[in-house]
Amino acid sequence: MSILVDDTTKVLVQGLGSAGRFHTDKAIAYGTQMVAAVHPGRGGETERFEGETDHSGVPGRPDRYQVDVPIFDTVADAVAATGATASVVFVPPPFAADAILEAADAGLGLVVTITEGIPIMDMVRVKRALQGSATRLVGPNCPGVITPHQCKIGIMPGYIHQGGRIGVVSRSGTLTYEAVKQLTDNGLGQTSAVGIGGDPVNGTNFVDVLELYNADPATEGVIMIGEIGGSAEEEAAAWIRDNMTKPVAAFIAGTTAPPGKRMGHAGAIISGGKGTAKDKIAALEAAGVVVASTPSDMGTAMLEAMAKAGKA
Amino acid sequence: MKIHEYQAKELMKARGIAVPVGRVATTPEEAVAAVRPVVDAGGHPVVVVKSQIHAGGRGKGRFQEHPDVAGVNVVTDGLKGGVEAAEARVRQLAETMLGSTLVTVQTGSEGKQVNRLYIEQGIDIARELYVSVVLDRATGRNVVMASTEGGMEIEEVAATSPELILRETIDPALGLADFQARRLAYGLGLEGDAFKNGVRFLKALSAAAVDLDTDMVEINPLVVTKQGAVMALDGKMSFDNNALFRHPDVVAMRDLSEENPAEVEASKFGLSFIKLDGSVGCLVNGAGLAMATMDTIKQVGGEPANFLDVGGGATEENVTAAFTIITRDPNVKGIFVNIFGGIMKCDTIANGVIAAVKQVGLKVPLVVRLEGTNVELGKKILSESGLNLIAADDMKDGAKKIVELAR
Repeated sequence: MSILVDDTTKVLVQGLGSAGRFHTDKAIAYGTQMVAAVHPGRGGETERFEGETDHSGVPGRPDRYQVDVPIFDTVADAVAATGATASVVFVPPPFAADAILEAADAGLGLVVTITEGIPIMDMVRVKRALQGSATRLVGPNCPGVITPHQCKIGIMPGYIHQGGRIGVVSRSGTLTYEAVKQLTDNGLGQTSAVGIGGDPVNGTNFVDVLELYNADPATEGVIMIGEIGGSAEEEAAAWIRDNMTKPVAAFIAGTTAPPGKRMGHAGAIISGGKGTAKDKIAALEAAGVVVASTPSDMGTAMLEAMAKAGKA
Repeated sequence: MKIHEYQAKELMKARGIAVPVGRVATTPEEAVAAVRPVVDAGGHPVVVVKSQIHAGGRGKGRFQEHPDVAGVNVVTDGLKGGVEAAEARVRQLAETMLGSTLVTVQTGSEGKQVNRLYIEQGIDIARELYVSVVLDRATGRNVVMASTEGGMEIEEVAATSPELILRETIDPALGLADFQARRLAYGLGLEGDAFKNGVRFLKALSAAAVDLDTDMVEINPLVVTKQGAVMALDGKMSFDNNALFRHPDVVAMRDLSEENPAEVEASKFGLSFIKLDGSVGCLVNGAGLAMATMDTIKQVGGEPANFLDVGGGATEENVTAAFTIITRDPNVKGIFVNIFGGIMKCDTIANGVIAAVKQVGLKVPLVVRLEGTNVELGKKILSESGLNLIAADDMKDGAKKIVELAR
């Protein structure tokens, strides 16, 4: 079991620029079912992807792959023709919000948006438009979603992942990779890993993903990686305290970040004394979460949380 | 991106938001020349001379060179001596203020040089209020915050008397509805003409925040005049950098002299860089990892000299630029390169570091930790380069090594 994506997920990619093409190729190498591409103006063409299979991904595949992905002008056409169930968005920032709305309009259940730099007001409107819709948006400005050996949607390096017992959820891309690698090295492995993104307005939050992991029978524990800015970690802490039945470990980045400065991510800023790492760590610890003191200790913190819960 | 008060008022005026009459000046002559038109337009011989810097607390701030002069000065000489007397006093103030260093609670002890003044009409203030439009991240919507406690820091009001802060969330499909604007105006105790003007002000301000893609717009104080006008006596605006591509008029207002030169240079190379006070330079990919690298350096007893995220799509050239910017800081006693390659490939980082060392030399210890995409290739390139660097097994190991070496 897993959350959000598995070996039945059929993915279409929106935006076949250099990043879209590069990561579509990597996803195919991993074994993800990339069934269509949407690029207005190129409908009717196909794009060929070929190379060496990444044997860390979906098992039992031949050593080489050659796939011709059909390109469509609209998402609706792509869904009708291929039965795609999820989309990954690489469309440049000025047009990315529109791409998300198009994917939702076509009825896709999952839209993973990798694009960094979408205007905040565009995301405010998108969030409003998606309210009450059946579409789940992950991101923007995120590394994507992966279920090891089944489906990789996004830009994470596939080979560091290993199927296992822990769910990963994070606001940061590279820190997700740190956590994943440590869980692979210490043998716990991952059920899924979800990057929710570093923007102040995003589609899916910690609590949404925690709920999914809590309900997933294969997930035995969760590691969440937060950072300064906003109050998503505090809300997660309250939810964990009241609802979570599985052990949780965490790391919060930005203990040394100066107030009032945006630390790379648009959402990583301490404003008016709110959103500090210290407050977030305190809230999580009060909810029984084991908080790692450095990112190198995330795997150990997870082991500790599992041991405390009698699941070591 | 931040702009000056006078620029914010220009943008507001163009969108039907009431602001006092004013003119900007960069020389004493321009300041003096501004007095008569401001007095004529305002119909009142009192003018205010305001320092223009990207930091708050100017009214209570003082100049390093002239500890008895404030950052904002009300000139009342015109009441008795007419416009000539006002002009003489403005000249004296402008000569003192321009080129001097203003220290406020927000500038730090080093202060900021004042290069521009804003000469503004004096206002007959009846009441001072507060209003701002900011993003509420919990709802993913803009919210209008208003308070009767004008002139105070809103964080202070929030801490001591949160019930005095009124809030209305803006539905992005509708904008601030009339009833919401009225509710705020009633809550602020506005009556008669001031009520009507207040509603108009709040609606126009909310619309401007959306049109202009502001991160934050704060009017503190928002004043009610004795004549019932409602206007922005101060105006602070900052913008969503992601949306600047659709606001060339706002981009043109950027004042590079207000920003850290190293941060400006870094931004040209697509690097996210923030200068800090420590001695360990950091070159990292990914914002979260870059922050966590600083935290780990601190954890093992060091102090980071900077935050630096080279980004996912960085080229060798970007990495070289990053390295050059870090080494230019004389406080840097050691450099920690910490990479977990995802999109970023470790060989790109390795080649960039080597190119940078060839260009600018390496006078301080260098610790490199590589992991992720093409890690073996990256390590091979570095070990064959003959560079005098120390390899680290993981992030904490690397942090310990560089902190030890940079001591």
